[in-house]
Amino acid sequence: MTSPCYHCGLPVPAGSNHSVVIEGAPRSMCCPGCEAVASAIVSGGLDGFYRYREKQSDRPEQKQPQDRWSAYDLPEVQQQFVHDWEGGRQMAALLIGGITCAACVWLIEKHLGQLAGIEKVSVNASTQRAQIVFDPEQLQPSALFEALERIGYRPAPATAANRERVIQSEHRAALRRLGVAGLGTMQVMMFAIALYFGAGSGDVGEFERYFRWVSLLVATPVVFYAARPFFSAALRSLRARHLSMDVPVSLAIGLAYSASFYATVFGTGEVYFESISMFTFFLLLGRTVEMRARHRAGLASGGLAQLLPMTAARYDGAEIEHIPVAALAVGDRILLRPGDTIPADGEVLEGESGVDESLLSGESALQQKSVGSHVYAGSVNGDSSLTVRVTAAGKSTRLSAIERLVERAQLEKPAQVALADRVAGIFVGVVLVAALGAFAVWWQLDPNRAFWVALSVLVVTCPCALSLATPAALASATLRLQELGLLVAGGSLLETLPSISRVVFDKTGTLTRGEPRILRIDLLRDGWAEQRVKDVAAALESQTHHPLARAFRAWRGNLTASQLKVHTGCGLEGLIEGNRYRLGRADFAVSQSDSPPEGEGQWLLLADDQGAIAWIVLGDQLRVSAAQAVRELEQMGLSAELLSGDESGEVQRLAHEAGIDGFRAGASPEDKLSHIKQLQDAGEKVLMVGDGLNDVPVLSGADASVAMMSAADLAQSRADAILLNGDLRVLAQSVALARKCRRVVRQNLAWALGYNAIALPLAVCGLVPPWAAAIGMSVSSLVVVINALRLSRAAPSAEDATQVVPNLRPGLAD
Amino acid sequence: MDSLYFLIPIAVLFVALAVKVFFWAVNNGQYDDLETEGRRILFDDDLQASSSETEEKER
Repeated sequence: MTSPCYHCGLPVPAGSNHSVVIEGAPRSMCCPGCEAVASAIVSGGLDGFYRYREKQSDRPEQKQPQDRWSAYDLPEVQQQFVHDWEGGRQMAALLIGGITCAACVWLIEKHLGQLAGIEKVSVNASTQRAQIVFDPEQLQPSALFEALERIGYRPAPATAANRERVIQSEHRAALRRLGVAGLGTMQVMMFAIALYFGAGSGDVGEFERYFRWVSLLVATPVVFYAARPFFSAALRSLRARHLSMDVPVSLAIGLAYSASFYATVFGTGEVYFESISMFTFFLLLGRTVEMRARHRAGLASGGLAQLLPMTAARYDGAEIEHIPVAALAVGDRILLRPGDTIPADGEVLEGESGVDESLLSGESALQQKSVGSHVYAGSVNGDSSLTVRVTAAGKSTRLSAIERLVERAQLEKPAQVALADRVAGIFVGVVLVAALGAFAVWWQLDPNRAFWVALSVLVVTCPCALSLATPAALASATLRLQELGLLVAGGSLLETLPSISRVVFDKTGTLTRGEPRILRIDLLRDGWAEQRVKDVAAALESQTHHPLARAFRAWRGNLTASQLKVHTGCGLEGLIEGNRYRLGRADFAVSQSDSPPEGEGQWLLLADDQGAIAWIVLGDQLRVSAAQAVRELEQMGLSAELLSGDESGEVQRLAHEAGIDGFRAGASPEDKLSHIKQLQDAGEKVLMVGDGLNDVPVLSGADASVAMMSAADLAQSRADAILLNGDLRVLAQSVALARKCRRVVRQNLAWALGYNAIALPLAVCGLVPPWAAAIGMSVSSLVVVINALRLSRAAPSAEDATQVVPNLRPGLAD
Repeated sequence: MDSLYFLIPIAVLFVALAVKVFFWAVNNGQYDDLETEGRRILFDDDLQASSSETEEKER
């Protein structure tokens, strides 16, 4: 087997002649896209990128029309992402798709820095955002987009800047709180050790008071600043008449602090400052980790608006005018060139073309549109130009209707009550009753001790371990999943995943790679080799935007075709080395129609003037990991199902190939949702794996959902998790990890409750001195945290590891 | 032992200072991107070599 593509790491098809000289040696490339990107990088003197990077780059998209970006220069459009900067400069906020590691940041900053008029570039790898300060007199924003595309990234304007700012300030506030709690805890612990030893020797009353005051001073900001989110969350949940875990947490922190404060001021009783601080720190740590993962997933997606282009070409009979999409009105006539995304729903006035509606319906074949047909916003015009009269724009398009379906599905989503929250409700009740009971009994026996005994009940049973039990396990499992390649976005995913009984896959782009491949070539004429057929077909397909053309791009450039002509819905013809070739439907390629042989896939016929040359069978290929993933899931007792919007026999073929028994073809988004609802009504817990826009309602309605990394932004933002590397086997590993996580959570809860069950009676009897309470609390928390950390080392099976590693880092192997 | 009366306030002062520095760092975005910045120094070393190469090419 040949070495993988040096740029994107995908296998290089045999007969492909693309290569670029990088660091003194020719490196093979899988397609013209990778070749163009790699040579742009090298010619900029930035080939060090390949040495620095730790992950393969994304495979670049097919080349887009030249003036695609010019729309971003329009003032109305610029308004949305370009802001004024000091000194007459401007700052553009961009969302950059395809950043895989730190070396990408370096490459982008250096590459853009070479453009004239660039003042400053700062790229953030974790949020995939770039801020670029430039001189508007020397440079137009469209040049930025073009430059980024040239080195293989997918730029988009970052229009949701407000949300980003909110996320950023939330993130920074969490870090500040964590810092205060951490530093405070260290100090108070130090003083506490002095206090513990002093408590033993008896005659350091003066120093003891002094240390208590200092502890109070340090612990105060920890309670009032760092622990504030717990108090406000507890208040919110009380207002909603619901006992969440925040209530006992706040109660413990609040009461322990007030009692310690009282003890310090009046020189009686015991102080618990070190316990309060440590408790706050651990809890904050768990929540911060969880929040970071959620934000990262949230930032990866930009929302619905980016599915649509920003401008449309309005044609008023005489001239073409580029206007922002928001200004489109019903009745406008718009021009669509091949490759354009359709900005609004409409009716075709002129022209004939195939339109790719896969995003909306899941149908993989192009839909033929002619005069009078309807086209929908969000679909992509295929092979020739169309004139369209707008019938619905903005909120009334079909795309927006899907968005509304999503919102409805989310409302109806089965509610998840976290196990810890259920336990918390009971626990708080028991502890409060016990504390009150102890107070009442001791009031009869010894009124002086009554308050301190009641307080020690509250502190000893402090829900420290209990409230750490779940977040610690979830945080460490979330981090481990991220390493495996699953980015968890929804907090409840880890709690639902273990109880999943059925996994439903979408077809295109999920179970399959989402792009056509050559499955087979049947030669009909002697003297022709398969390679020659591929080269001729690639040359013919070199200029079109038809999705099928992507199957041939590896061989593009081996031959050159001239006088290319597209016959919409039929095929292509062109002149290669003096011979006229036709490629397309059988009745188009040769005059006397031959029906294609029986078989699955899409059949194209290549012919010249003398007759047929070869059949080329195209089809979507299963992901390599698909069959194994299905097998592993079934071994774990889950059933798999294929649910596709595609009508064709492809569904059956692929289901069979992947080893899935149950499949449904031709399902609309509404059908899919109701199918899931049926399954749920029958008592099944459904995990939906999908990528297209048509899957979004189902992703929102299923008990748990995973979107592919290549998915539509909207699909990503509505899914509970994003599969980063497209390796479906991660699903089975994730379910296994989630089950293990559930086990750990239960162990932790059992431990915490067991500890409390022993400590509570002792405390009620007044037998627990404060140092014992502190040690007991710390030890039980540590046990819980260490138990949770076991999850972060949970490894996938050895067989998987050996298969994945060599693919990930061919750069190091050379 | 009396030294504790002024040593501990100094320690507390240092902690306050550390918190202040930490706040400054967070507010300045020092923790916004934990992946890139740690590696940037490794890249920059070679950057000079490669950018001087391109300058030579241009000449």
